[in-house]
Amino acid sequence: MKRTAFAAVSAFAFMASNVAVAEPQAEVLHWWTSGGEAKSVAVLQEEFASKGGTWTDMPVAGGGGDAAMTALRARVLAGNAPTAVQLKGPAIQEWYEEGVLADISSVADANGWADVLPESIANHMKCEGTWCAAPVNVHRIDWIWANADVLEANGVAMPTTWDEFNAAAEKLQAAGVIPLAHGGQAWQDATVFEAVALGILGPEGFRKAFVDLDPDTLTSDGMVAVFDQMRKMRGYVDDNFSGRDWNLATAMVMNGEAAFQIMGDWAKGEFLAAGKVPGEDFLCQSTPGDGFLYNVDSFAMFTVDGDDKKAGQDLLAELIVGQNFQKVFNLNKGSIPARVDVALDEFDSCAHTSSEDMNASSANGSLLPSYAHGMALRGAQAGAITDVVTAHFNSDMSSADAVQMLADAVANSM
Amino acid sequence: MTKWLETHLPKVVLAPSFIAVLVFVYGFIAWTAWVSLTRSRLLPRYEIEGFIQYERLFASPRWDTAMNNLFIFGALFIIIAMVLGLLLAILLDQKIRTEGMIRTIYLYPMALSMIVTGTAWKWILNPGLGIEATVKSWGFESFSFDWLVNPDFAIYTVVIAAVWQSSGFVMALFLAGLRSVDDEIIKAAQVDGIPTWRIYSAIIIPSMGPIFMSAFIVLAHLAIKSFDLVIALTGGGPGYATDLPATYMYAMAFSRGDIGQAASSAMIMMLVVFAIVVPYLYSELRAKND
Repeated sequence: MKRTAFAAVSAFAFMASNVAVAEPQAEVLHWWTSGGEAKSVAVLQEEFASKGGTWTDMPVAGGGGDAAMTALRARVLAGNAPTAVQLKGPAIQEWYEEGVLADISSVADANGWADVLPESIANHMKCEGTWCAAPVNVHRIDWIWANADVLEANGVAMPTTWDEFNAAAEKLQAAGVIPLAHGGQAWQDATVFEAVALGILGPEGFRKAFVDLDPDTLTSDGMVAVFDQMRKMRGYVDDNFSGRDWNLATAMVMNGEAAFQIMGDWAKGEFLAAGKVPGEDFLCQSTPGDGFLYNVDSFAMFTVDGDDKKAGQDLLAELIVGQNFQKVFNLNKGSIPARVDVALDEFDSCAHTSSEDMNASSANGSLLPSYAHGMALRGAQAGAITDVVTAHFNSDMSSADAVQMLADAVANSM
Repeated sequence: MTKWLETHLPKVVLAPSFIAVLVFVYGFIAWTAWVSLTRSRLLPRYEIEGFIQYERLFASPRWDTAMNNLFIFGALFIIIAMVLGLLLAILLDQKIRTEGMIRTIYLYPMALSMIVTGTAWKWILNPGLGIEATVKSWGFESFSFDWLVNPDFAIYTVVIAAVWQSSGFVMALFLAGLRSVDDEIIKAAQVDGIPTWRIYSAIIIPSMGPIFMSAFIVLAHLAIKSFDLVIALTGGGPGYATDLPATYMYAMAFSRGDIGQAASSAMIMMLVVFAIVVPYLYSELRAKND
């Protein structure tokens, strides 16, 4: 205890001295460029400036971060990395292995990050024991959204098992409503797939399959059942789903054309932006089954030269995990704060559910990383699984073939 | 000094571009070949590991699909665009009055970027918005034209859009070829009472060999490079049913952080181009030496 206190004090003193000598500088590479996201980043920018720092913004839009990653690669190869970069999941460790990430343990220890972040999320922010990234938010993936009026008109309740879901979907289909609003893009197929997999395999099976890539689990009967359910889901989607963007699918639920959508909680932003009220106009619930799949956005800190830049990095890390930014940012973005001690008074009921479930699942070990959103696996492995999922969903491949293909693809991606 | 300049000026002037091509084309081909033999992931690494990336590539069902699609798309695109282009050119060659206007209309698609073509055809072929919905609204309820969302047929929609874009250009090429055939021969044939279709099939078309070759080369490299059209039209979907080698390479290099795999697919693409272009160059060079 004494030692931690000493470490904390000395770390703080070290930081304070840095701040005193050099004006904090930070160059931040991110791809939050759309309306609500840009507003969220501006909050951080203002806070940084009010502490005397100079923020150099480096937004790179396009390709869901692909363009930003290309820019990052060029900067790192040129030996001139930005101070902080929007990175997430195992990509953080992948960059650490290239030897370009900085150690921000002093800030983390001084601010007691270990005590306020759920353990499995904190582990993503560490590189071989030292802190190298700061978490911004927690998106939940395994949500099922529904149009309240459509459900009521057809006498359907929110499903709590996949069998109930199937029964509800068939009832809706018979009534002429599209049961599942879905966009035929590979990542959306993967999003539905992992929600189904979590429900059918259970949290432990999900971890074995998509975190440990255990070959026995990947070829198990449970996995065949997952693909069987996916085949059913294919039948609940309208004919015109190919290539549709997720927000158009959300709009279908909003205007009553479709009943359900399985999508992360950024979909909530669409409902709220259209003036819909959670619990009245639309319903949110976790997809059938236990567990919680998270997608945590974070900033990884790259090695930089110069006291001013290091001071900027430390200040940035402190602000990102700070209570104020965590609250304001997540109110704008529709996610929930990564730290568990932020007051949620201003958040809506879906965010409350999300936060309660996160704490509960963190306690019983079912707080799991999303594979479809690059939290559980590296790009090559996650991509290989998505290829199989989307190939199965968009053809008449049998579940047994899909399972075999899945095992081969994972082995081939190593 | 002036004498030296006289003999060496061409070399001096050409040297910068020669060096640029050497470094930026052949240098980077060599670099890609090197990287394709390594286990590079996020960033390039240079320890050679053998042919592991090629083994992974040929074990990947997605790459199989991409190569199959390239052959289906390439063959259909080249053949249909050439046949259609030739037909249009012959019809236009009948000394009709509004030729100038019609030629411009057929050439215009070439002025559009592939992204625009792809997006427009995406809407036209979308079963809920385009042709299918229109025909259904006329009362033909059983009409179905869902190629765009059908994994088995989606690649043919790419062919349709690409042919629409390029056949006008091929027509212009062929039209120039038709016009360059010596008038005297045609007149002589007409005097001999040979029917028009025989004049085309036995005299004009055979004398247009070089035009066929250039049209083929232009279309073949368009087909192999095709990337933006697929991205705009189908996004590689449904699933990865319309993936082409170029989109595969892009996904590996930029979305998945698998640079070694991307490099090996790029090398295979280059070999395909070589397989087409080298025989052509060879025949050209031989023709000159004769």
